[in-house]
Amino acid sequence: MTTDRSTSFDVRPPAYRPRMSLWWWLSKWSYLLFVLRELSSVFVAWFVVFLLLFVRAVYHGDDQYQDFLSWAANPFVVLVNMVALAFLLLHTVTWFGLTPQAVPARLRGRPVPSSMVVASQYVGWAAVSAFVFWLVVGW
Amino acid sequence: MMADSITLDVARYRPGQEAEPTLQSYDVPLRDDWVVLDGLNYVKDELDGTLSYRWSCRMGICGSCGMTVNGEPKLTCATFLTEYAPGPIRVEPLGNFPVLRDLVVDIDDFLDKLSRVKPWIVRDEAPVSEGEYLQTPEELEEFRQYSMCINCMLCYSACPVYGIDEEFVGPAAIALAQRYNLDSRDEGAADRLDVLIHPDGLWGCTFVGDCTRVCPKHVDPAGAIQRYKLTVAMDTLKSYLLPRGRR
Repeated sequence: MTTDRSTSFDVRPPAYRPRMSLWWWLSKWSYLLFVLRELSSVFVAWFVVFLLLFVRAVYHGDDQYQDFLSWAANPFVVLVNMVALAFLLLHTVTWFGLTPQAVPARLRGRPVPSSMVVASQYVGWAAVSAFVFWLVVGW
Repeated sequence: MMADSITLDVARYRPGQEAEPTLQSYDVPLRDDWVVLDGLNYVKDELDGTLSYRWSCRMGICGSCGMTVNGEPKLTCATFLTEYAPGPIRVEPLGNFPVLRDLVVDIDDFLDKLSRVKPWIVRDEAPVSEGEYLQTPEELEEFRQYSMCINCMLCYSACPVYGIDEEFVGPAAIALAQRYNLDSRDEGAADRLDVLIHPDGLWGCTFVGDCTRVCPKHVDPAGAIQRYKLTVAMDTLKSYLLPRGRR
């Protein structure tokens, strides 16, 4: 005797399909941190624009440079830059932390510990910052 | 003194009778050697035989008892009741999957994706008489971590990208593709590439990283995906820059 098994398998009661809430990123701290990290790239772009405007002002002479400085001293621009700096630090710290996961570093064939990879980035950051400080302030 | 019972708020879904899951409370004994799965087995055996859920080995190997415990994807065989005392503990099905009944989810989509990345050794096999394929401990170490995956799907449950777009190939499937790509005996990387470089493959991942955080076997799927992104990007760059023979 043969039984038609296919029909008994095909008749499935309706499954419940959960839908992601629009606010899923508020449901967990790790999700929120991820969204803030992604958002930080907007502020990185803002600093690039700010720097380009600065370079342009310098190029166009003293009047433009003074205009730029007074615009940059505007409380609103200062506030935007402070928020942007906070996001830039978040961007840097989170990406430094993620680097060892994405790039398995090796030294003479042996894997380099994650902490060493992260530490080397901070050393690099400090070195570049010191150079910029020397360049701008003179000493 | 520890209380002698704890409340499990368990998601119930009876297809055809209910439009969406509801919570039902059960009091189970709180013993320090009991895991959430023991609590569910107690419910099934002593309180309510209609509760449906999956389990098998009770020792973190079979990967079938994954559920959402207090909002976090967990293997219920490795999650102790005492961690949540005094309770209550909310036990729900794995997130991001269709719920068939109570705590049982539909895993067909995952199984389909898993087979698409060919998670087995692909190679033109030589006859046995030519000997085995030797591998050094260093070569084994390249992929060993990724081979620990037990297909429990906690990573899919934790992945918001998969929750928003179910076409995304997902963490475990990509990590397992890497497990075979990095195996010195395998020759199937090119076969897997088409699935992985598709927009729903590697590049769908935005590195939220929760797959790695919830993985009970420390596979680090997020790391596997980012490393593979780097490999693919470098290969593409080399294909433009290097003469054909040097690639």
